[in-house]
Amino acid sequence: MLACFQLYCDGQEGIINLEYAGTKASRGVLYHREGDFCVKDTPLTSWHKNHGGKLVEFGGYWMPLDYGSIVEEHLAVRQRAGLFDVSHMGEFLVEGASASPFLDHLVTNPPSRLTVGQALYSPMCLPTGGTVDDLLVYRLEEQKYLLVVNAANIGKDWEWVSQASQHWPMVTLTNVSDRTALLALQGPLAQSLLQPLASIELDAVSYYHFVPQVLVDGIPVLLSRTGYTGEEGFELYLDANAAPTVWQSLIDRGARPVGLGARDTLRLEARLPLYGHELSETISPLEAGLGMFVRLKQPGDFIGRGALERQKSEGLQRKLVGLTLAGGIARAGYPVVDAEGHTVGSVTSGTHSPTLKKAIALALVPPSQSAIGTSLNVEIRGKLVPAEVVATPFYRRETRI
Amino acid sequence: MNIPTHLRYTKDHEWIAPDGTVGITAFAQDALGDVVFVELPEVGRELKSGEAFGVVESVKSVSDLYCPTDGTVAAVNTKLTEQPELVNQDPYGEGWIIRLDPHQSDAELLSAEDYQKETEGA
Repeated sequence: MLACFQLYCDGQEGIINLEYAGTKASRGVLYHREGDFCVKDTPLTSWHKNHGGKLVEFGGYWMPLDYGSIVEEHLAVRQRAGLFDVSHMGEFLVEGASASPFLDHLVTNPPSRLTVGQALYSPMCLPTGGTVDDLLVYRLEEQKYLLVVNAANIGKDWEWVSQASQHWPMVTLTNVSDRTALLALQGPLAQSLLQPLASIELDAVSYYHFVPQVLVDGIPVLLSRTGYTGEEGFELYLDANAAPTVWQSLIDRGARPVGLGARDTLRLEARLPLYGHELSETISPLEAGLGMFVRLKQPGDFIGRGALERQKSEGLQRKLVGLTLAGGIARAGYPVVDAEGHTVGSVTSGTHSPTLKKAIALALVPPSQSAIGTSLNVEIRGKLVPAEVVATPFYRRETRI
Repeated sequence: MNIPTHLRYTKDHEWIAPDGTVGITAFAQDALGDVVFVELPEVGRELKSGEAFGVVESVKSVSDLYCPTDGTVAAVNTKLTEQPELVNQDPYGEGWIIRLDPHQSDAELLSAEDYQKETEGA
């Protein structure tokens, strides 16, 4: 039954042939073959391997899918605190006298309105309105920014940003992806767990703000109150060589290591988009329901503005909706079929929700089929399984008083 | 790894008991991770050895189940509809998947010892 094991992982579907992989009994080495496909290690790949991590190739890196149970890791983040190695993410520095106007031109949510010490989320679009990538922008200094991009897109994004910057002579770009590690500590106990190790008062760091030189266990990190789970938490950017020390300190204080499998189920419950699924070069941020990150009301041109304005004025052809279903799990690419039997759209992401204990999915459908309560079907292995359009996010944490 | 000696095995990680009960091995459930959905065949369906008869889905994977021998589906474990996690918790017991009325001998199946060698790559 394991001969062809289809893996639905954070961002990409890969086919892993378990016939040879399954010949090794130890969990830690199930998929990890050194030197294959020029896949890179993160500074923590060997830690994952030595601690029961099921390693998979993702975005060009050996990453932990889980350490035994995606469901348990998911619930640990919802109830306590989980620690993710997301060092595969890419980091670019953008600096110079024209950095602000350049970035306002490059992405759809203008970074120039950030104060130093603040970050934002933004799509980055093609002239067609399709999405090159979605990223975080940190304003490090008045004329210096950090872009954080998806691992699978590092090469493409670097080309794209470099090309775009040629019209902006006062801009310097540096790709610091290889020397930068990224750890995400997420969950209701994240702050109380991190505070004793940190050199600053964490209460002073508000949502989507950061401090560039916090000492964590004596090691300098850029600490931001950001994340990709729908929980409270922090992300720590640090020198790759120092990552194992900080990682181990956080584990020793009680953080549970969490792999990419739970990262995907957590973000999906929180309806956070994943590039390659809810966003792509043929899916615009407006279609993905990210209009609040596309500043069409503000003046100033940005790449894709014309196309996105047209989409908005002419009306969207499809919208992203949440589905729940019983009788199978909807996976990315499965057809969505209306009550009359017509294929009207497709699933972008789907999984079993560990919090809700049922199958959930996101799908692109025509606006006429997008109202909450609409009855649809998802075609799963040739059979139509009833699905209902529901409000999203599927999970929203209780806010602190 | 738990591999009971009274069962026979396939290289695809299914087991079959002398009474025709079929499930997946401890090795398989561990490799798959948390099982969250099991698609079962209809009782009475005729199956050939090697034929896909159902699907096991974990959070991140979809895997076909292959029939260990020719036979007729005599029973299915309907408990798995509500509790698919039984496949993880008790793969050789409560987590059984179907019961076959076998039509032929199990000569092509593996002993526990041979199956263990398969999982170790010996």
